[in-house]
Amino acid sequence: MSKASQNETWIILGATSSMARAFARDVAARGATLLVCGRDMDDLASTAQDCLARGAKMAEPCAFDARDTSSFAPIIERATSEDGVINCAVFVGSMPTQDAIDAEPDLINGTVQDNFTGPATFLQMLAPELESRGSGTVVGVGSVAGDRGRIGNYVYGSAKSGFATYLSGLRNRLTRAGGHVVTVKPGFVDTAMTWDVEGMFLVAAPEKVASDIMKAVTKKKNVIYTPFFWRYIMLIIRHIPEFIFKKMSI
Amino acid sequence: MSWKTVDTTGWGRAHCTSGEVARPERALQLKRLLATAPVPAFGMRRSYGDAALTSDARSLDMTRLDRVLSFDDTSGVVHVEAGLPIGDLGRMFAAKGWIPPVMPGTGFATIGGCIANDVHGKNHHVVGSFGQHVTEITLIQGDKTRVITPKDAGIFQATVGGLGQTGVIASAKIQMAPCKGDLMVLTERRIDNLDEFFVAFDDSSADYTVGWIDATAKGANLGRGVLEESEITSGVNPGSGKSKSVPFNAPRWALSAPIVRLFNEMYFRRVPASGRTSVKPITDPFFPLDAIHNWNRLYGKNGFNQFQCVVPLEATNCLRIMLERISASGLASPLAVLKKMGAGRAGYMSFPMEGYTLAVDFPNRGSAEYLVRELTDLAREAGGRIYFAKDGLAQAKQIAGMYPEQKAWQQEVAKADPERAMETDLVRRLQLRGAPAAPKFPETSLSAKDQGESA
Ligand SMILES: Cc1cc2nc3c(=O)[nH]c(=O)nc-3n(C[C@H](O)[C@H](O)[C@H](O)COP(=O)(O)OP(=O)(O)OC[C@H]3O[C@@H](n4cnc5c(N)ncnc54)[C@H](O)[C@@H]3O)c2cc1C
Repeated sequence: MSKASQNETWIILGATSSMARAFARDVAARGATLLVCGRDMDDLASTAQDCLARGAKMAEPCAFDARDTSSFAPIIERATSEDGVINCAVFVGSMPTQDAIDAEPDLINGTVQDNFTGPATFLQMLAPELESRGSGTVVGVGSVAGDRGRIGNYVYGSAKSGFATYLSGLRNRLTRAGGHVVTVKPGFVDTAMTWDVEGMFLVAAPEKVASDIMKAVTKKKNVIYTPFFWRYIMLIIRHIPEFIFKKMSI
Repeated sequence: MSWKTVDTTGWGRAHCTSGEVARPERALQLKRLLATAPVPAFGMRRSYGDAALTSDARSLDMTRLDRVLSFDDTSGVVHVEAGLPIGDLGRMFAAKGWIPPVMPGTGFATIGGCIANDVHGKNHHVVGSFGQHVTEITLIQGDKTRVITPKDAGIFQATVGGLGQTGVIASAKIQMAPCKGDLMVLTERRIDNLDEFFVAFDDSSADYTVGWIDATAKGANLGRGVLEESEITSGVNPGSGKSKSVPFNAPRWALSAPIVRLFNEMYFRRVPASGRTSVKPITDPFFPLDAIHNWNRLYGKNGFNQFQCVVPLEATNCLRIMLERISASGLASPLAVLKKMGAGRAGYMSFPMEGYTLAVDFPNRGSAEYLVRELTDLAREAGGRIYFAKDGLAQAKQIAGMYPEQKAWQQEVAKADPERAMETDLVRRLQLRGAPAAPKFPETSLSAKDQGESA
C-alpha cells in the first residue's frame, strides 16, 4: 500500500461496519491518523488498536450517532486539531426490510437519517474546514439500490439516492476549493447487512470494495461502482423503460 | 444477529455438511449469541476432515472477529481476536521485528484454530507447539466469559488442542518471538532414501526443517525427497507476487498415478544434486501452498483426505512399512511431508510427541479409505497417533489409547460443556468425549421388543 505523501487524517463514520473496517486497515497501512466513529465504543476501541498494529500513526475511537447531530461537532473539532489534510469516509447506513417499513412507516425517518441526512449534516459542518485548508477527500458510500427505486427496498434506495445527489453537489462545491468527493456505489457486499438476505449474487468481499475505494481516492475518480461490473448492470437497469420496469420485480 | 443455512466442507472437500451459521462482527454480538445457546465455533475451516463441521446444527463463523486488540512492544505479547489468520499476524509484525513463534503450513489458519488444534510448525523441534506460547485465553462458555492462563491447570490444557469443546475462544494473548527481519534463507538438498532422511534430520541445526517425500518412490529410492532448511534473516521484503487460483475442479486424471510419478520426479530433480540456497519473503517458505488459492480443487470434485501421524523416534520401521504400502498403492499425491518433531505440546489432546510425523494426501476414491485406515492402525501399533486436524476417516475404536491424557480431557470438557453442545462431527465420529449418552429409556424399547417377540 502506498504511503501517504503528507500528514493525513481520516474520519471514518460508521466504522463498525465490515466495509469501513477493511477501508480503515488500508488507510492505516498508509500511516495516516484515524478517527473511527460510531456507536459501539468497545468495538471502535478494538478497531482503533487494530489500525495502530497495521501502521496507523494514531487511531482514536469517537462517539458518532447519525441520528444525534450533537455528536458531530466534537469529532470535527478533534479532526481540525490535526495538521495536514483532513479526509472523511462515510460508511453509515441502515437497511430495514421493506416489509418492516410497510408494517411501520415511521421507520422511514430513521432510514433517511442514517443513510442521508445524518451524514449530509456532518459533511455540511465539515465542508468549510476542507475549503479553508484547500484540500481533503470525502468518500460517500451509497448503493446501487439508489440508482432506481425497486419494489424490494425503495425506501433504502431513495435515501441512498438522496445522499448521492448531495455528494454530487458537494463535489461541485469542494472541487473549486481544492477538495474532492468520491461517490461509491457498491453492489452486493458480504457484510452483516446481507448475511441472511436471499437472492444475493456476485457478492464481493469487503476487502475488495475497500481497495477499489482507495484506488478511486488516489486516482480522484468521481463516481465508482464496485466491483466494476455493477456499472454495466445498473446501466441496463436504469435504461429499462418505466412502463416495463414498473411491472418487474428485481 | 441472524442465522443462515450454509453448505460447508472441510479443506479436503471429502466431507460436506449443511447447518445454520451466524457470523458475528463484534465482540458483543458474539457474547449475545452464545448467551442464548452455546454452539461450536470454527475459523477458516482449514482442517481437512470434519473437525470444523457440525451437521444439521448451528455453529459460529469467527472470521470477522479478526483484530489485533493490543500489542506490547517491550514484551512482544500481542492480544488478538480469535478469527485473525496467523499469516496476517506474521505479515503485520515481521517488519517490526516480531513473528508468531509457531506457524502451521497455511497462513489462513486462525488463531482460534491454531489453539484448538495446538498446531505445530517446521520449527517444532526448537520451540514446541503453538499453545506453549499462548499466555491467556478469553473463553466464552454460554453466558459466562472466563479468562484463563496456563496457571489454570485443567481447563487450559483442555482448551489448547481441545477441538473447541471447552467453549468458544474469543481472543488470546500470544508471546511473539523476536526476529531479525522478514526474509528467509532457504536451503534445499536432495535426500536419496529414508535412512538418509533420518540422518539428515539428526544433523540439521536449522530452526525450520521439513522434508518433502516422493511417496511414489520404491525399492532403493523408498523415502527419497528434498530436505528444506530455513532461517529468518534481515533484509527488505521485495514484495510478494500475486496469488493464483484454481478456478474449477480438476479432472480425475490430473492426479493419476503416472502424472504424480512424473511430477515427483521433476520436483526431486528441480533441486540440483549439489543442493541450493535462496532468499525468500518470510511467508513463502512458511506457506508455500497459500500462493495458489483453492488448490484443494486440484483433487477434483470428490476431494481428498490427508493422513497424518506421528510415531516415536524408534519406530522407523513402521514408517518404512507405511511408505511401502503407500507407494505400492499408487494412490499417493505429490503432497507428502516428513518431519522430526520434538516433545513440545500444551494440551491433553495435543498431537505432537517426540518422533517422526508423516503426512500424505490421498484423493478420495477407491481403496484410499482402506489404506488410510490401515496406516492408522500401523501408527497406533507403533505407539503413535493421528492428527485430528487432518483426519476424516478413522473409526472410534482405531484411536483408542492414542491419546494417553484423553480421560483428563474428557473430565474437564464434561465440566465445561455438560450438555455436549459443542460437539463437532469429528468429536462424534471418534466418540472423543465418550460414547454418546444412552437413549433416555432403553429398557422401555427393549421390553417393547421383547413383548413383540413373545406375542
Ligand atoms: C495447507 C495446509 C497446511 C497445514 N499445515 C499444518 C502444519 O504444518 N501444522 C499443523 O499443526 N497444522 C497444519 N494444518 C492444519 C491447520 O493448521 C489446522 O487445521 C488449523 O486448526 C486450521 O485453523 P482454522 O482456523 O481453519 O480452524 P478450523 O479448521 O475452522 O477449526 C479447527 C478446530 O478449531 C476449532 N475452533 C476454531 N476456532 C475456534 C474458536 N474461536 N473457539 C473455539 N474453537 C475453535 C474448531 O471447532 C475445530 O475443532 C494445515 C492445513 C492446511 C490446509
